[in-house]
Amino acid sequence: MTLKIVASQCTSCSACEPECPNVAISEKNGTFVIDPKKCTECIGHFDVPQCAAVCPVDDTCVIDNAYPRYQPTA
Amino acid sequence: MHASTQQENAVGLNAVGMDEKLAEVMQAKAEHQGCGTSGGSGKASCGSSAGQGDLPTEIWEKVKNHPCYSEEAHHHYARMHVAVAPACNIQCNYCNRKYDCANESRPGVVSEKLTPEQAAKKVLAVASTIPQMTVLGIAGPGDPLANPEKTFKTFELIAKTAPDIKLCLSTNGLALPDHVDTIAGFNVDHVTITINMVDPEVGAKIYPWVFWKHKRYTGYEAAKLLTDRQMLGLEMLTERGILCKVNSVMIPGINDKHLVEVNRAVKSRGAFLHNIMPLISSPEHGTVFGLNGQRGPTAQELKALQDECEGEMNMMRHCRQCRADAVGLLGEDRSAEFTTDKIMAMEVNYDLDSRKAYQALVEEERVAKVAAKQEELEALAGEQSDIKLLTAVATKGSGLINEHFGHAKEFQVWELSTAGAKFVGHRRVDLYCQGGYGEEDSLETIIRAINDCHAVFVAKIGGCPKADLIKAGIEPVDTFAHEFIEKSAITWFKEYLNKVKTGEIVHTARGDAEIRQGALINAA
Repeated sequence: MTLKIVASQCTSCSACEPECPNVAISEKNGTFVIDPKKCTECIGHFDVPQCAAVCPVDDTCVIDNAYPRYQPTA
Repeated sequence: MHASTQQENAVGLNAVGMDEKLAEVMQAKAEHQGCGTSGGSGKASCGSSAGQGDLPTEIWEKVKNHPCYSEEAHHHYARMHVAVAPACNIQCNYCNRKYDCANESRPGVVSEKLTPEQAAKKVLAVASTIPQMTVLGIAGPGDPLANPEKTFKTFELIAKTAPDIKLCLSTNGLALPDHVDTIAGFNVDHVTITINMVDPEVGAKIYPWVFWKHKRYTGYEAAKLLTDRQMLGLEMLTERGILCKVNSVMIPGINDKHLVEVNRAVKSRGAFLHNIMPLISSPEHGTVFGLNGQRGPTAQELKALQDECEGEMNMMRHCRQCRADAVGLLGEDRSAEFTTDKIMAMEVNYDLDSRKAYQALVEEERVAKVAAKQEELEALAGEQSDIKLLTAVATKGSGLINEHFGHAKEFQVWELSTAGAKFVGHRRVDLYCQGGYGEEDSLETIIRAINDCHAVFVAKIGGCPKADLIKAGIEPVDTFAHEFIEKSAITWFKEYLNKVKTGEIVHTARGDAEIRQGALINAA
């Protein structure tokens, strides 16, 4: 799995962008998006996904069930 | 105190002659009156109010043309905010940055975000159009220090192209200790910290969470972290001679009584000015407080708290709780004239000389105003009375009664006593935002907003509202049109005292007044 940003709720405040340890977040058409190829759910970096922890709107940075669970490589 | 800076030097060069003249007048005035005009707690009128008072010249130089740090300056000088800092590192129960209505005016709200480059262009465009614009602040819409790169890049660009403009910023304080040296390095003379509590138990009711060092903290722990960082940041700034204003939001039942303690805590750490603001809370803002029905204070409650804290330190009474993209004098908002599209199309010619010349004129106007007030104060010198009352004034600025009653978007409130006229606040009476509340009788709204005043001074007023005001017990006064506020108010007050003395009128106390909470129109 990876995280995704619910576009309709994103205030485009940019707080998440610099917090992402994988540089997976960028601005696209006025809101921010997470590149599923880069997102690691912050596993190995932090206890909780940083985008969700800093986001001012609840339930906006959420797990995207469309992708398989991220597997950290040893 | 940190060393004299490039920016200060540039400001100093602006109108050296006028500054000296002004300083002399202020000095003479201060000597004559002791300190300011308010009587009672002399501290109140020193610094934040009219003259230099007991302020060291070095500090007076920093505040005298900063509209937020000097009450007297705000009648003459303008400020602008550039919205380059969208991200925030804490959540406050009175803030919802998702809500952005172009017709609404309150902190944390902005219509468009700017890049540092766009912001620098905007500052030049505004400075060229509004020569009395002396201060550039970064106040959000998030927290400037949660966006340090954008904030400091903006300062860097502006310091290069418009060196006479004072830089300031407003922060929640969480990240402040990490950036104090950078702030000092950019010659930022003024920093505002929003401090709503010094007790984490109280803080837990205001802040649902803070984000610090890659972790979200909640409850008591969050508030404890925030208050510790705020106090440390404040101490670090004052150590470096940077003037600090503390903003506190007064939330009845949550921190209203506690703010006296906050006042003591920030004063002991060297804060220069304390600004206690009423909570703005309305369901349509979508804030936690708006949705759970938390009310804001009444005008009397706010003034009582400000008066209580005033003996301790300088209080700011002229805050308009402006937006993170406000432009103009504090009572106005000209941001609609300077949208990104308009700025980018503008030919900007930054002319330092014409700005200097204009500001010299402003200083002349200012000196004349102070002289006029002085004259009347002398006339009041023999009067003995315990009567203290409030009056409302319709003004467009420059310290004059120069606004038509029906056109006023706000009224200034002046407290009159035998000690003179003292500015104690303002009341917004703008029409409700379309699509917000339903249409309401605007005259009723105005009467509710200035219901604690004995008189209202206007340049002009129609017969109908005049009759209604008299019925409500508020005397409409249009005989001082286009004259100085303080001089006129004192003249009127002297006559009022005489009428009371001769028994022509009986002095009675007025009731409370309402502080507007709804969405407001900001455009002219």
